[in-house]
Amino acid sequence: MTTPQPSASASRAARGEPVLCVEGLQTHFDLRQWGFVRVGSVRAVDGVDFTLDAGETVAVVGESGCGKSSLARTLLALHRPTDGAIRFDGTPLNGLSGSALKAYRGRVGYVQQDPYGALPPFMDIQRILAEPLIIHGVRGRAERARRIDAALEEVGLTPAADTRGKFPHQLSGGQQQRVVIARALLLRPAMIIADEPVSMLDASVRVEILELLRRVQREHHLALLYITHDLSTVRHYVDRAMVMYGGRIVEQAPVAELLARPGHPYTEALLSALGDPDADNAHRQREVPGGEPPSLIQPPSGCRFHPRCRHAMPGKCELEPPPPDFRPRPDHRIACWLHE
Amino acid sequence: MMAAAPLLEIEDLGLSYATEQGTLRAVDGVDLRLHRNEALAVLGESGCGKSSLAKTLLRTLPRNAYPPTGQLRLDGRDVLGLPEERFRREVRWVRIALVMQAAMNALNPVVRVGEQVAEPLRIHHRASRRQARQRAAEAFEEVGIPTDFLRRYPHELSGGMRQRAVLAMALVTEPDLVLLDEPTSALDVLTQASIMNVLKRIKHERGVSFVFITHDVATASELADRVALMYAGQVVEAASARAFFSEPAHPYSRLLMASVPRLYQEQPPSSIPGRPPSLLDPPAGCRFAERCPWAFERCSEPPPMIPCGERRQARCWLHHSPGGAR
Amino acid sequence: MTPWLQGLARLRQYPSALAGLGIIALLVAMAVYAVTAIPYSEARELWRGGEAWQDLPTNASPVWTDRLLGGNAPRTIRVATDDVVMEQERYEGVRLQRAVLPVDFPYGGFPQEINLFVESQFDERQPFVRLTWRTPDGESIPLDARRVGESERISISQDRQLESRLGFTPQVGLFTDAEPGADDPQVRQGTYELVIEAIQFEETATLDANLVVYGQVHGLFGTDHKRRDLTVALLWGTPVALAFGLLAAVGTTLTTLIIAATGVWFGGWVDAVIQRLTEINIILPLLPILVMVGTLYSTSIWLMLGVVVVLGIFSAGIKMYRSMLLPIREAPYIEAARAYGAGNARIILRYLVPRILPVLIPTFVTLIPTYVFLEASLAVLGLGDPVLPTWGKILNDAQAQSALYHGFYYWVLAPAALLMLTGLGFAMLGFALDRIFNPRLRNV
Repeated sequence: MTTPQPSASASRAARGEPVLCVEGLQTHFDLRQWGFVRVGSVRAVDGVDFTLDAGETVAVVGESGCGKSSLARTLLALHRPTDGAIRFDGTPLNGLSGSALKAYRGRVGYVQQDPYGALPPFMDIQRILAEPLIIHGVRGRAERARRIDAALEEVGLTPAADTRGKFPHQLSGGQQQRVVIARALLLRPAMIIADEPVSMLDASVRVEILELLRRVQREHHLALLYITHDLSTVRHYVDRAMVMYGGRIVEQAPVAELLARPGHPYTEALLSALGDPDADNAHRQREVPGGEPPSLIQPPSGCRFHPRCRHAMPGKCELEPPPPDFRPRPDHRIACWLHE
Repeated sequence: MMAAAPLLEIEDLGLSYATEQGTLRAVDGVDLRLHRNEALAVLGESGCGKSSLAKTLLRTLPRNAYPPTGQLRLDGRDVLGLPEERFRREVRWVRIALVMQAAMNALNPVVRVGEQVAEPLRIHHRASRRQARQRAAEAFEEVGIPTDFLRRYPHELSGGMRQRAVLAMALVTEPDLVLLDEPTSALDVLTQASIMNVLKRIKHERGVSFVFITHDVATASELADRVALMYAGQVVEAASARAFFSEPAHPYSRLLMASVPRLYQEQPPSSIPGRPPSLLDPPAGCRFAERCPWAFERCSEPPPMIPCGERRQARCWLHHSPGGAR
Repeated sequence: MTPWLQGLARLRQYPSALAGLGIIALLVAMAVYAVTAIPYSEARELWRGGEAWQDLPTNASPVWTDRLLGGNAPRTIRVATDDVVMEQERYEGVRLQRAVLPVDFPYGGFPQEINLFVESQFDERQPFVRLTWRTPDGESIPLDARRVGESERISISQDRQLESRLGFTPQVGLFTDAEPGADDPQVRQGTYELVIEAIQFEETATLDANLVVYGQVHGLFGTDHKRRDLTVALLWGTPVALAFGLLAAVGTTLTTLIIAATGVWFGGWVDAVIQRLTEINIILPLLPILVMVGTLYSTSIWLMLGVVVVLGIFSAGIKMYRSMLLPIREAPYIEAARAYGAGNARIILRYLVPRILPVLIPTFVTLIPTYVFLEASLAVLGLGDPVLPTWGKILNDAQAQSALYHGFYYWVLAPAALLMLTGLGFAMLGFALDRIFNPRLRNV
């Protein structure tokens, strides 16, 4: 039952076309006074381009307020993009509504940060998992039960009968997150968006969940967008990583490349602020760029990192925003004038 | 250094809660020792009892907690039996201060942060308004907040600045011991690193001692001189940071260290199968035995803390040698 | 086990809840009994009053009040010609029918009234009836003698002539051996007889007579000024009160909740309109509007129910539910539901509303008696349903007849006690449910 269906996305992937193609995406939120007077806008996602291939796992790394969650929600059609194009499986997402939108939602799975919050507390697991199936017209109790059991067993909640009748609060955090993943897989999606799926879990459980995501992603040949603030969880579980700052992608590269040769000063700063556990950490000051994360309401001019950047070039960085396409290597893109 | 009496001594500390399902033993026989100018990381996963330990130290226990048992000595003086009013006047915020995880909850949203930072001084040191303001400004500088932020309200500060303000509030009375309860886990990587930098500097310059409660191994390594790892209400390993991070002694320590995702290591992390036991009805023997790949017959007996090196103990029969301490 | 069942199972830990449930069960049993024993149409018919009650005394106290005071108040005695042998003698062209109706009177007080109901069937000539009263010691007192129609009431106690002859009102004079005009006549106990002699002029004519000697006490709850047994109204008041309370509580709570959830979910102008409507509605006084509707339009209980529900929908509850639902709108599980394609209606009904339902159950239960009281208040104000017997209507009648002034306290006591019992039962259950389902009140 776990063999992936031959789907349109698989055939597209065979032709080398990406599942998801994002171009110039902007998601702005209006700030209003008295409910109608527009006084400004939050530029949460402000010009993002990337592609995601079938069977590929890509991480979006960034700090809170960098727009990574807004990006996820825009891709899930929970927010309406202000500008730019999203193409999924070759179909543009803009203006999708009604049954076409519903169909799209059936093809994209969503895994959230807080597993307990992501499950309605008043439904048992069986009911929780039946919901997407009912919504997408899977008829027949027996058929639904079969698919629910298969999904539970696929995420390692075996036997399914032990979990089905329970309520979310009767499960551990790791089990809850497994149920969330099972729900995301139920409709046999082509893409999964996981927004900080392990940041609320204990260290010993994190690895399990990351491994599970990696496994189902491979088995179903899914495109997986893994959103995280924690670079250290990226290394073994993704193919490519994109670093977001101030609503834009500042660097994207294969993960090993990114960790070994970070190109953007912000990526460097992130890496130097982090460290593997070591007793010497306590005796050295880490290099941290000063200042605060940029305001998304009035973002800095030019390169958004320039006020905090050690290498900022006066007369350049604060004036012109760097294009996101400096390529020191073919698969490594950096938005920084240093690489011009 | 070793000759001096420890600043904080915890002996056989126990704490239980009354719950609907029965009595939950959150902290069970914890022994800890902290010297001056030392930072002790109390490390553990959720539900291991580390937060209950912190709450016992500052007496901020919820109503359903039974009175803690055991010994808790600050500078050789028992504080567990101290009446509430004396504890408030002589210990809380005078000797031990607290930095909480959610800085927004720790600050009163309608009072300027400067006044809030000065507040402990006004209460405990009976400082004049002027003196208190002066000290608050110094504390702000010390934690790296521009002093003109004194007049701002909490919501006008970024998360990192708020956490710094809470830190300033803890330091302003010059306590001997600062209790850090997950001080950075709600913060971003860069902010976290800069706050850890401030803490390191303060420890170095002021000689403050820290009890640093955290679930994050990497963060613990940023400050700790010593590490106490907790599991299911007990300390399972107490060791110097150097020994703990390079060569963990307890099986749980080893597996936990192996489960930490690392940036610069080819070896992928591994998970620990199973779940911690229920504290409503913990197993009679070693509490980790069920998940332990090295478990043997002896593990059905509860292991004591067994010395296994310089100021180092592990609650594991593997370190027991019949001839005595190794 | 679902959280619902768990919550209900925990009710066992609250004795007050069990007591409340007991009271509610009792009321429900009463209601079920009422509707099965006296069907709806019959109850309406009965409560209209009239002939159905002609055998009952007016404003009689319940039997137990007399028992409690150790008295020996007279009960109502009915004797019919059907119960005795009717003698018949034939003469030329006429028949003489004669019946003796025995009245066994062992009581310590005088009857309230004495009536004889006569029915006869004839073609043209009315029968002639002569009545004679015989005391236990054989004395005969002639009463009335007259022609009777097809159906007639001969009010013996209203007979002025007889009264002047006896020196007492007939119901006293016929049952005493005191001197005429004595101050304190005493009852002579024993068996009296009413002798009915009828002269029939037609061969097929019949005569049936039914003597009612009205007592001072009646039944469990007494009677009212229209001779109606209050038991009927008290019994039938139960299903009416429960139905009104339940329907009004369900109607207002559910619709309010759904409207609040709709406003919260859509936000924007939908929410704004709902909020403004609520604010306007909150300052509208419910009672005067109900009085207006009742006076100008109709006092049907179902119309009142409708008005109560309609005005109750946009109540302050909307504000409360809104504040409870606003954080839930942001819950990750709602976002997840949107992400897997749940539509607006589904999110409102299946994801938002059920989340706060447990917290609402106690409010809902305590709301039921509020509406029961409202219905009673309306009835007391004279806006009760004109045809249905309810507790409020009893109180209204009692008030109109100055029941307490006349000492008919039972008339007020019984419906008031039932109203209080209803309030008590639901309140005790509701408060216990509140402790169970409202986590903030739960003591650990």
